[in-house]
Amino acid sequence: MPEVRLSEVSKSFGRIEAIHHFDLEIKSGEYICVLGPTGSGKTTLLRLIAGLICPDDGKITFDGKLVNDLSPEERDIAYFPQQYALFPHLNVLENVAFGPKTRGVAYEEAKTQALKVLETVKLDQRANAFPRELSGGMQQRVALARALASGAKLLLLDEPLGALDARLRVELRYHIKSLVKSAGLTAIHVTHDQREAMIVADRIVVLRMGKVEQVGTPYHIYQSPATLFVANFVGETNFLEGTIKSVNSVGALVELQDGFRVKVQETSYLSGEEVVLAIRQELTSLMPVDYDGENAIQGEVKAVRFLGDSIRVEVILVNNLLISARIPISQVKIYPKVKDKVAISFKPADVFVFCTTARGLAKEIEVI
Amino acid sequence: MSNLSSTKNTIEKILRPLDRLSANPNARRVTYAVALIFFVSMILIPPIIGVVLKWNLIGDTLQNPILVARAESAILASFAIASIVSILDLIAGLPTAWFIVRRKAKWINVVDTLADIPFVIPTVALGFSILVFWSQPQGISGLLRIESLISPGLGLIMLLHFAFSYPIIVRIMVGELQSYDQVYEIAGRTLGASSLTAARTITLPILKPALVSAFLLAFCRSLSETGATAVVAGAFENGPIFIRNALSSVPPQQGPMVLVSLVLIVTSCAIFAFISILGPRLRFPVKKVWPNFEKRLSNPKSTLGRDGLALIVFAIFVAIPSLFVALPGIIAFTDGTVVAAFTGAGVWGVYWGSLLTSYVVALAATLMNLLVGFPMAVIITRRKFGTQVTALLNALISIPITIPSVALGVSLSLFWTAFGNLPELWTLILVHTTITYTYFVQAMAAAIESVPEELESVARTLGAHPFETFRKILIPLTKYSIFSGAIMVLTRSVDETGATTAVLAATSQIKTAPVLLVNWIRNPASVGGQSVVGLGVLFLVLTTFISLLVIRLVLRRER
Ligand SMILES: Nc1ncnc2c1ncn2[C@@H]1O[C@H](COP(=O)(O)OP(=O)(O)OP(=O)(O)O)[C@@H](O)[C@H]1O
Ligand SMILES: [Mg+2]
Repeated sequence: MPEVRLSEVSKSFGRIEAIHHFDLEIKSGEYICVLGPTGSGKTTLLRLIAGLICPDDGKITFDGKLVNDLSPEERDIAYFPQQYALFPHLNVLENVAFGPKTRGVAYEEAKTQALKVLETVKLDQRANAFPRELSGGMQQRVALARALASGAKLLLLDEPLGALDARLRVELRYHIKSLVKSAGLTAIHVTHDQREAMIVADRIVVLRMGKVEQVGTPYHIYQSPATLFVANFVGETNFLEGTIKSVNSVGALVELQDGFRVKVQETSYLSGEEVVLAIRQELTSLMPVDYDGENAIQGEVKAVRFLGDSIRVEVILVNNLLISARIPISQVKIYPKVKDKVAISFKPADVFVFCTTARGLAKEIEVI
Repeated sequence: MSNLSSTKNTIEKILRPLDRLSANPNARRVTYAVALIFFVSMILIPPIIGVVLKWNLIGDTLQNPILVARAESAILASFAIASIVSILDLIAGLPTAWFIVRRKAKWINVVDTLADIPFVIPTVALGFSILVFWSQPQGISGLLRIESLISPGLGLIMLLHFAFSYPIIVRIMVGELQSYDQVYEIAGRTLGASSLTAARTITLPILKPALVSAFLLAFCRSLSETGATAVVAGAFENGPIFIRNALSSVPPQQGPMVLVSLVLIVTSCAIFAFISILGPRLRFPVKKVWPNFEKRLSNPKSTLGRDGLALIVFAIFVAIPSLFVALPGIIAFTDGTVVAAFTGAGVWGVYWGSLLTSYVVALAATLMNLLVGFPMAVIITRRKFGTQVTALLNALISIPITIPSVALGVSLSLFWTAFGNLPELWTLILVHTTITYTYFVQAMAAAIESVPEELESVARTLGAHPFETFRKILIPLTKYSIFSGAIMVLTRSVDETGATTAVLAATSQIKTAPVLLVNWIRNPASVGGQSVVGLGVLFLVLTTFISLLVIRLVLRRER
């Protein structure tokens, strides 16, 4: 099983820097998710690893061996492209047997192998069908079988669930992961869906404009986002701009616009510094208007959205800031109504503090 | 069965080393470089250099005011005919295409098929048909009991060019309208536009690129046509006929021939470039809308009137005159000419020989195209040399069909006699390769374009070498297009007259069937009368018919 390492890898298309000084180490047997908005360079990254395009700069190694100049067919990988790309002139069985056959396995043997893999994705009954006769979900499973049957140890999955409907996406994400794990493969799975990444990944790489924003376990990335962008892209988050008023050994006091003050647990900032506070919507609570606990700010309900398992309440605060709170359905005692007077509050420990940058908050968190 | 699979295995074994070789990037580069070098040195440069080599011959001609005046009016006539005919064809062809696509009746298929007839018949045969219909006693003139309704000359040339350009427009526009997503037009209609307004302000502007390219194709075709034009021209001269006359005078008048060829080559390229660049900027008048007027023109009665008119024009000027190709041939069955034809007696020996020559040359040209045209199509669609080079190549590819074929033939013939002193047959094959190259490469490029590149990427990562990917993925997925492209090249080559006339000296022993037939039609008495000519034409038509029938069958299998 290969250990994949990319160091200082760059790739430009004309003036667009699709991948920029990219560093990553992937351990053998690991399931990595590359998470990033559209156009962030996810497909380019996979095509670089697959050898379908050459890096302008930097090194890619498999098990310590430099593969920069190795052509795709020599890399022993299986690439699962965004649109499946099943060979339309071959039936399901021939599609799946294509990999073993080109790698020199005898015809009959390759077919037997292919049939075995088709069984694991429960499509052995459709071995003689042509791709166009299958539903989207079936095609996806054939593509997966084709990748698995190739015997490659490194699986490159480009939005493997992207073309499926919401329900199927949820079901198949577990299926893919368990197949990959039981075959003991290393997988790099590209997606723009943060929930999908959270659920399937051993580690997540957050990509933005060709650069790594953060690498870590899903829990780590959720618990301590490294940048404003990650805080926004992973999870649903409120942002408040303010200035540090005072700092002591347990925390700091931050002044928002119109003089409102909130407590945070962060101590590494100096008084007078401009900061951005980020608070998860699910860690923001909705309180009666007369609540006067820690970090309570009064406001008026602007909108209430029902999300199925929870509700999101948008509150316009007295200082004109907008904050959303997400409340699990089980904890909703009285369904809030628009124009209700309420208070919101959050714990100082739940607030992430970031420096403001010259580019401004809006630019830092934009996803395109 | 086992025999088949063992053959397969043997082939596989032979190709394996090639697969492995293709893994070497340099081997791939060499392959593409060869295709590119062939294109530049054999297709692109010779037509341009040939006339320039004989540049010095022009001086004398320019001293001769009578000759210059003749050349000038011939060239002007060519461009005037091409522009007028192409515009008229657009006006007449567009409603027909619309009607074919949008009306939902069984009998429309008949119109659809009939519209292809001038396409299917070799142009020389079409020229003959038009000549018989409009100006000979077996045609309409006989019905009207006059000697000749329209005698050979400018008028008949226009009628001929109108007929053979018509299917180009209809075919392209039918294809476009079929693939055009009607939602835009429907959206327009629901917003209150009448069907005419919606067509004028929404559909036609969207289809503009197709309209421009249809116009350009019709224009180039009219500018280029020689064989059939010679049949109906009488004493009239346009560019190609001027060159043809200069060629067939004894001794050939090289000076005027080079002059007119050069002017035609330069002007046609300039006009092509001009329209290609200007076309996309051209804007339809979409701002103004005359709701009531256009609504009235959209009502069922007006629509019926429009469709009826389009059909009448189609019937009188295209369908019926084209069908007359069969009449003299059928008469030949009653008077015993057929027997003579099959025994190969007299002129028929020469005829069958020429038909054989035609097909040998066509096959050789087709083979050349398969070998060097296919890699070129890959280069273009897969952008092997970067985006800018690809755009340039794409434009340069069109040059051989932009230049009038007889001018191209003159230039190529001068080039190949100057370099290497090639035998006539070889020159002929090269010329036919050049003439058909554009069609083949463009058809292959379209076919390859329809195969997603991802398929090849996946095959590569699954362990297939580039050449293996090529033969296991790209070839199977484009095989029907390759086959029909090859047959298209074959028929186009068999049909070619202009460039062939230029290559084969008047005294040459080698003749292709259409070149021979032009002489026969112009002088029926020399071969024993109209029914011999008619039968000769009919045989040529039948061979082409069979080729095209094969294409249809193949394409049907693809679906
Ligand atoms: N072959 C190419 N030529 C030119 N630009 C390219 C090419 N491939 C990618 N790019 C550019 O590189 C950037 C990254 O593209 P990429 O396809 O890797 O994004 P992505 O993250 O996969 O997006 P998506 O989620 O939409 O699939 C984009 O700006 C894209 O336009
Ligand atoms: Mg992508």
